[in-house]
Amino acid sequence: MAPATASPPSPETPARPQPRNPTDLFWSFTWLALQGFGGVLAVVQRELVEKKRWMTNEEFVEDWAVAQIMPGPNVVNLSIMIGDRYFGLRGAFAALAGMLTFPLMLVLALAVVYAQFSAQPAVAGALRGMGAVAAGLIAGVGIKLFVSIRNHPLGRPLCLAITALTIIAMAWLRWPLFWILPVIGGAACLLTWRKLAP
Amino acid sequence: MSTAAPLTAPLMALSIGDWFNLFLYYLSLSLLAVGGAIATAPDMHRFLVERQAWLTDPQFNASIAIAQAAPGPNVLFIALLGWNVGINAGGPGVAGWLLGALGMAVCMLGVMLPSSLLTWTATRWGHRNRERRGVRAFKQGMAPVVIGLLVATSWVLARAHGEWTTDWPLWLLTATATVLVWRTKLHLLWMLGAGALLGALGLV
Repeated sequence: MAPATASPPSPETPARPQPRNPTDLFWSFTWLALQGFGGVLAVVQRELVEKKRWMTNEEFVEDWAVAQIMPGPNVVNLSIMIGDRYFGLRGAFAALAGMLTFPLMLVLALAVVYAQFSAQPAVAGALRGMGAVAAGLIAGVGIKLFVSIRNHPLGRPLCLAITALTIIAMAWLRWPLFWILPVIGGAACLLTWRKLAP
Repeated sequence: MSTAAPLTAPLMALSIGDWFNLFLYYLSLSLLAVGGAIATAPDMHRFLVERQAWLTDPQFNASIAIAQAAPGPNVLFIALLGWNVGINAGGPGVAGWLLGALGMAVCMLGVMLPSSLLTWTATRWGHRNRERRGVRAFKQGMAPVVIGLLVATSWVLARAHGEWTTDWPLWLLTATATVLVWRTKLHLLWMLGAGALLGALGLV
């Protein structure tokens, strides 16, 4: 919780920390899942990139991109990808189990007591306040990740244009993701492909 | 959010075939869930509430609201939907809890199995071929798009706040959280706690 004055430098150290074993992976993912109110993504970036330094911001964005594009729940996909990278199938199961087990029990307990407290205005207010913060967390991570992709082959202005276009298509024009990914994503990949020419 | 879920819904009988049907439905939904599980919620409503009448409307809405409010991945709303189907089939007591657990397992396994297998296979292939120009172009090219989606998600969540003029404290709270996440290392739980406190006191 120590406040810093600037965003942290992206960790570029060659000898990178790693999860010690699948159990470590399980508890790490449990801990980050239990912090994830209104979505786990912001916490994954904070814990895995900034605290544990298992991956850089660039790697995180690349993994997240794949997790997003593959069908199925994004966070489930991301857990499988990260877990598999370190410990193969066992790691994938460990990360996934960590992501789901305790949150599942918690959400069940909440569902059982929900009916008794849902009428309380304080409870509804607390949920509203947490929702507003959660929206901010996601936006903050988005800005931070954007700042981190400074070595992108397309360069900063073009990246900004693509990001802005995506925001407009999604939030304003309400395009379905089914179109945004192939159209804007496809164009971005094609441009990058040309820039990467050997 | 306004409708509580009374867990005294009418009893109904689900046959083995019905359970299998539920499993098949989620299997088929899995590969269609591009862009997150929540994007397929309207279709689940069509199937579970409208067509099969295995769930009531308040149960459906409460399942989503609770999963959103609770920590953990949002996909857990699917577990709650399955839980409620089981409760409806088993009634109150142990039978309901057992069938609730069954419903949870059926829905979660169904929605996760096909997509997870695909992701796992694709990731392995991608990792083996990570130096290929096409793989690098795909991963790097998608980065600005994915970041844009992230900011758009935040915007969609924030838009639920309501009008600027009347609900500006909520917008201000979101903006403050954005800046704090971006510029400081303040623990996320402190921010969420502060939000909950402000909301509970009726300040936002």
